[in-house]
Amino acid sequence: MDPMAEIKATFFQECEEQLVELESGLLAMDAGDDSSETVNAVFRAVHSVKGGAGAFGLDELVHFAHVFETTLDEVRAGRLAPSPEVVKPLLRAADILADLVRAARDGGSVDPARGEASASELRAITGMEEDGGADDDGMDGLVFTPMQVSLPPIGDAPAGEPELDIAALLAAAQPDPAPEPEEPGGWTLTFKPKAELYKKANETVLLLRELARLGDVEVELDASELPLLPHLDPEGSYLSWNIKVRGPAPEGDIREVFDFVESDCDLTVAPIGEETEGLSADDVAAIASAEAELDIAALISRAQTAGSEPAQDSVGQGSAPEAESLTPAAPAPAPVAVAPTPAPAAEAAPARDSKAAAAAAAGATIRVDLDRVDRLIDLVGELVINQAMLAQRVNEAGLARASSVAVGLDELEQLTREIQDSVMAIRAQPVKSVFQRMPRLVREVAAVVGKQVRLVTEGEGTEVDKTVIERLTDPLTHMIRNAIDHGLESTEKRIAAGKNPEGVVRLSALHRSGRIVIEVADDGGGINRERVKSIAIEKGLIAPDAALTDEEIDNLIFLPGFSTAATISDISGRGVGMDVVKRSIQELGGRISITSRPGLGSTFTMSLPLTLAVLDGMVVTAGQQTLVAPLTAIVETLQPRRSEVHSLGDGARVISIRGAYVPLVDVGLSLGYRSEPLDAEQGVALLIEGEGGSRAVLLVDAIQGQRQVVIKSLEANYRRVPGIAAATILGDGRVALILDIDALVAASRGTEAPRMLQAG
Amino acid sequence: MSEPLTHAGLGRELISFRIGSQEFCVDIMDVREIRGWTPATALPQAPPFVRGVINLRGAVLPIVDLGARLGLGQADPTARHVIIVAQVQNQIVGLLVDAVSDILTVTDDMIQPTPDVASEMVRTFVRGLLAIDGRMVSFISLDRVLPESDLEAAA
Repeated sequence: MDPMAEIKATFFQECEEQLVELESGLLAMDAGDDSSETVNAVFRAVHSVKGGAGAFGLDELVHFAHVFETTLDEVRAGRLAPSPEVVKPLLRAADILADLVRAARDGGSVDPARGEASASELRAITGMEEDGGADDDGMDGLVFTPMQVSLPPIGDAPAGEPELDIAALLAAAQPDPAPEPEEPGGWTLTFKPKAELYKKANETVLLLRELARLGDVEVELDASELPLLPHLDPEGSYLSWNIKVRGPAPEGDIREVFDFVESDCDLTVAPIGEETEGLSADDVAAIASAEAELDIAALISRAQTAGSEPAQDSVGQGSAPEAESLTPAAPAPAPVAVAPTPAPAAEAAPARDSKAAAAAAAGATIRVDLDRVDRLIDLVGELVINQAMLAQRVNEAGLARASSVAVGLDELEQLTREIQDSVMAIRAQPVKSVFQRMPRLVREVAAVVGKQVRLVTEGEGTEVDKTVIERLTDPLTHMIRNAIDHGLESTEKRIAAGKNPEGVVRLSALHRSGRIVIEVADDGGGINRERVKSIAIEKGLIAPDAALTDEEIDNLIFLPGFSTAATISDISGRGVGMDVVKRSIQELGGRISITSRPGLGSTFTMSLPLTLAVLDGMVVTAGQQTLVAPLTAIVETLQPRRSEVHSLGDGARVISIRGAYVPLVDVGLSLGYRSEPLDAEQGVALLIEGEGGSRAVLLVDAIQGQRQVVIKSLEANYRRVPGIAAATILGDGRVALILDIDALVAASRGTEAPRMLQAG
Repeated sequence: MSEPLTHAGLGRELISFRIGSQEFCVDIMDVREIRGWTPATALPQAPPFVRGVINLRGAVLPIVDLGARLGLGQADPTARHVIIVAQVQNQIVGLLVDAVSDILTVTDDMIQPTPDVASEMVRTFVRGLLAIDGRMVSFISLDRVLPESDLEAAA
């Protein structure tokens, strides 16, 4: 990848982050948070996107972002209250901004009419002219238009008489159309960078230059703290500036210039005093120039008297690498002598600034290729297996538990386990990345079906494996669409039922017993069981005389080809919805269930494994074969007595547990590992609870123990096996199969399971 | 079912192996490695020719009893039996055979078309015949060696 493409890729990655920030900020505003922190974060996000887009010449994006930014600026300045009438268009604009960014990245295009509609909507709320206010044009180029500064190249300037200077530079940097001098307002700033500011590759000249665009600027360099060269820390910071900015710029704009360096400098901003009022821009420049020259001259003479030759050298050397940085990290401001700044450097600098600031804010993070993480996880998986094999060999060799080998091996096991946990944690990510896509979906769907919908999300910080997250998006999208389209009643019906006309869809995530549970709940009318049943009969999914419990009726909507919508809407599709959802959740090793209360709404509950890579399992034997049962499903293990086991009908058996009869599933028999049923008293029973709370007992020959196992796909090289979820490799190097408990139970229940209704 | 053979004139290498009294060969490019027999974990509801799965350095490898697959009867594997690890489309599969005998370098014109015989097995798997030192070696295709996935629908 060429360097430019790489930078661009980084830009788009950062854009995604900014867009997330933007949306969550706007949503917070929508929910009534109008703190300046939130508003500023939103503004910053749009501004950064615009900035980067400008650097890459993405004009369409820049144009839209500019209008957006201008509107936000009004909000930020307090001229526009973040009322719903304002925030809603802003949210729509955020959607379009996201589309534009993606179009710019993937080479697609966005219907210009949409952008224009949103842009004029934004202009309408600010009362802005078509091309934006005049003072905004200053903002437009603020960061990204390189200033051509013509100064003699450093080499031409004799070291002894520094010619250059900040003042001249600033004079050159004056915006072309000078702001009206009669504008009374202005600000006095003191700006004292700390050494950290330079370490993060910030450049004071750029900041000063940006200030210069906000109005007439008077800059005074304070070099009084500069020590003699022998005492000078070449990476220290000794210079400060006193700056006066005249013009109508609000304080926020002034502070915005220092946005990314705020924590690395001492900055005071105060309204300008009356005493300097009369000065013209030229006077300012002249004074600044004189003062700067004076200081530099004084400095040089001090340097010469103190350090003589070596000092001269160090100034000369310092100037070369720093030539265009203007960074006083070098000993003297002399090297400040700024060569004509190349355009790309000027453009790159703000990007660097923002990156450094973002990194500082988010703590130290790195971007790593996912493949590398996956490779690491695979290797750790192998390590776990190898460690277990080694432990078994040592055990077989008959070494004492207390022998140094066995003790060392125990430590190795601990370490291995810790490495595995840490590596898994790398892949774990908050579900936020999926959840944050939903507000937009809700807005769009709600607009199409004409309902008022509020989305409430909870537990966005809940972490789960990245693969799970990625594969959650589609089912969740489907379910939320369904909740809005089918779950919630129309506004009129809600009012008639005495409910809040605004429907609520609640999306929540939480960890429960080693799994992540995600719920999609609506406060709509609940499932109309009569209709569901009649449709199922009509479509031949169930027998007309089938007697079903409420729960079974609710679960009918997961059957393939079932759709309750009287009219097929373009939102929820054509009745391929919920069975697809169910299948994709099952493919993730998850379960989905529904509870519904008439008039109060429905809740879909999905329970998913936290990771697709490891599983806590109970190792059991059934008919000579070693199998693994997922520990999460096991409620208890028990030793059945013959008196507790009863035959029921043809071959079926039930077991009485504390008075309740629970179906007994003979694992060896149902998997075909044995031809005759196992005598219950010879085996061990595992009481399991399936999804939806149904209980069953699995009968196995013996329990070997509990173990964390690495899940290996059977499907990769073979295919799906009924009753088996996956495979794993045990300590002896042999493959053991992991039971799919719900499938086993469902198969043994025969016609009771809704899935079977359709087949029969 | 014999596909048109490509690379006319170019030599290709085949691995020949024995099942019972018959000799077969597959394209060497399809073969990943050859290893000794290790007991496999049986899979429930698998067709008789699927012996189960073994651990191949961390991957789960299904083992097909090639003799049973070709209708020659099930093998009774011993330590002397051999597993040919082969790539079939994008899956890896282990083929249980009696012994690997040779590597043959042949040109396409040495491969004779399969004669018309009634055997379903021949039509499904045999792409051609080779006469090597008076022995007949069947050149087989591995594309259909794993069970069809339509069983999944029936499950």
